[in-house]
Amino acid sequence: MTNSKLIGALLASTVIAGAASAEDVTLTIESWRNDDLAIWQNEIIPAFEAEHPGIKLNFTPSAPAEYNAVLNSKLDAGSAGDIITCRPFDASLALFEAGHLADISDLDGMANFSPVAKSGWSTDDAATQFCVPMASVIHGFIYNKDAFAELGLEEPATEAEFFAALDKIKEDGSYIPMAMGTNDQWEAATMGYNNIGPNYWKGEEGRLALLAGDQKLTDEAWVAPYRQLAKWGDYLGDGFEAQTYPDSQNIFTLGRAAIYPTGSWEISGFNNLADFEMGAFYPPVQNAGDTCYISDHTDIGIGMNAATDNPEAAKTFLNWVGSSEFATIFANALPGFFPLSDAPVTLEDPLAQEFISWRGECESTIRSTYQVLSRGTPNLENETWNASVAVIKGEESPEDAGARLQEGLASWYAPQQ
Amino acid sequence: MSDQHHRPKFRWHIVVFLAPAVLVYTAVMIYPLFNTLRLSLFTEVDQERVYVGLQNFRRLFGETVWSDQFWNALGNNFWFFVIHMLVQNPIGIALAAILSHPRLRFAAFYRSAIFIPTILSFVIVGFAWKLILSPIWGIAPGMLDAVGLKSLYAPWLGKEAYALTTLSLVSVWQFVGIPMMLIYAALLSIPDEILEAAEVEGITSLSAFWKIKLPLILPSIGIISILTFVANFNAFDLIYAAQGALAGPDFSTDILGTFMYRTFFGFQLQLGDPHMGSTIASAMFAIILVGVCIYLFGIQSRMRRYQF
Repeated sequence: MTNSKLIGALLASTVIAGAASAEDVTLTIESWRNDDLAIWQNEIIPAFEAEHPGIKLNFTPSAPAEYNAVLNSKLDAGSAGDIITCRPFDASLALFEAGHLADISDLDGMANFSPVAKSGWSTDDAATQFCVPMASVIHGFIYNKDAFAELGLEEPATEAEFFAALDKIKEDGSYIPMAMGTNDQWEAATMGYNNIGPNYWKGEEGRLALLAGDQKLTDEAWVAPYRQLAKWGDYLGDGFEAQTYPDSQNIFTLGRAAIYPTGSWEISGFNNLADFEMGAFYPPVQNAGDTCYISDHTDIGIGMNAATDNPEAAKTFLNWVGSSEFATIFANALPGFFPLSDAPVTLEDPLAQEFISWRGECESTIRSTYQVLSRGTPNLENETWNASVAVIKGEESPEDAGARLQEGLASWYAPQQ
Repeated sequence: MSDQHHRPKFRWHIVVFLAPAVLVYTAVMIYPLFNTLRLSLFTEVDQERVYVGLQNFRRLFGETVWSDQFWNALGNNFWFFVIHMLVQNPIGIALAAILSHPRLRFAAFYRSAIFIPTILSFVIVGFAWKLILSPIWGIAPGMLDAVGLKSLYAPWLGKEAYALTTLSLVSVWQFVGIPMMLIYAALLSIPDEILEAAEVEGITSLSAFWKIKLPLILPSIGIISILTFVANFNAFDLIYAAQGALAGPDFSTDILGTFMYRTFFGFQLQLGDPHMGSTIASAMFAIILVGVCIYLFGIQSRMRRYQF
């Protein structure tokens, strides 16, 4: 008896709640970007709601490290939000294949994106799109302008100039030439190998050839970046073997190092920390006049829960994410996370402007290990971390590293067998 | 005849008193354990869970991609255990012997100071030691420099040859309080009469320790050894906090716990594989089970106990 009363009361309350919000649809957004909560609440959500009365947004981020696990269990339990922030490549592809992410290939906003931008969130044959590309990060080198002025150095454009500059900084001795450690491993691969590599394997051309099995990791184009990395070891600070990522960040922002191999995601953090002027240069090319290639890596996408009750409202929102209005708000609120749409965007941060200007000068590509190639065991991305570290420390020769990675990849990836 | 009338009543209170512990233990330990063992017999094909028998174990031990990592982790785990047995337990016993000395001043203070790291979180310990040993901000290089031994300093946590031993010693530093406390308690329970009788026979100080106290605390040392064994083969937190899930440099600090974590939950681009993860967890369970059985049937049953 009490039970039926309780159920009655619950039903009644749902009806009332339903009636109250009949006009307003609320979309809940799942995300791992809890750092961006303030930006969403103060800038993005008001801008969207002002334009689209009747749709309310609720941004509910979780901790980055837990996001994948939390999201998966919410999706399985049917309690996930309407809008889902997508990790690039296989994590999201798995969600799409499990039927959790909706097919949004025919969304109008999709027309604003290039194939490279879309590659992070499409099926392997690029036929179906399940997330709208939202932001990318660009790799390059940030440098201490004051240190460069003091030592009379120019931004290096070629590899020879790059190493000449490093030698000069080392000789002078007042700065550590380059701030990077190998303790956390990923920096060596992400900011090392995948930062300088595209110049050797010619960006998308080499990456797609590797995917197709036409090139091997033992080819010169894929071993040469390791050869350059092997030379880096001499220019990293004392004890770089135990230097962590936060150590490197601090060394650079404290003005103790001259060059910092990195990606654009550091910009907003560094702007607050460094009290010297920072500049940036893209990975130096082999010979003057060569085409430059940059890693313009797709990092954040946004898609729709296939089980949402409000597919129309969700599509309206996703279309807006593809617009230049969203791109401008997002890019300026988070300098260093660049919108992927072809829509024109004005950036105010000078360092961010520098990074994004390379898109005009150079050819864009994404990190070589991310699409498909890290699907099997051994995992190519993790192996690349390990190999990059071993090469920098001089424990493995570039050729051996290439051969080891090729052997691992060929063990499970059919086109490479 | 009268027996039937006076048959003792079923003692319900035993069931009632046992129930909470049994229920909680079943829910959080026994059920997950058996479910993990069960999970290791399945794999996932096209979003479906399929029964594959022992195939996962064949992969783990038969395919070099898996077995190399497994043997590496197991080897590292043994080294981790050996360091604990050779360093932590002797130091723990020595500390307990010193602390139980009746004329030692500030014994209570030392006891607490040595025991405190045990209750610290692994994250704090890992992070603090990483900072202490850091070549950039750490005090270790400076302190060695002050005594003229700067040349001995190396970025230990970043060198393959030293990283695991360094982390083992950090773990020893953290947990030396546990053997110390257990042995201390055992030493205190040795009746004074025995020691006095020995003294009358002319056995004092060090020889009293070797000939009388040590044999009497052997059962405690056995318990400590098996606790160390179980804790070491289940270890994960310190390595993860200090070196991350890839247990660098070059997997030189990878132990079974980090290997299992990486496989089960995935790492970076590596997607989690609960079935292979469970397989590794089952292997860990088997190793610990065998170790504990050897101890229980091989050592403990032969150990002599003294009743006072």
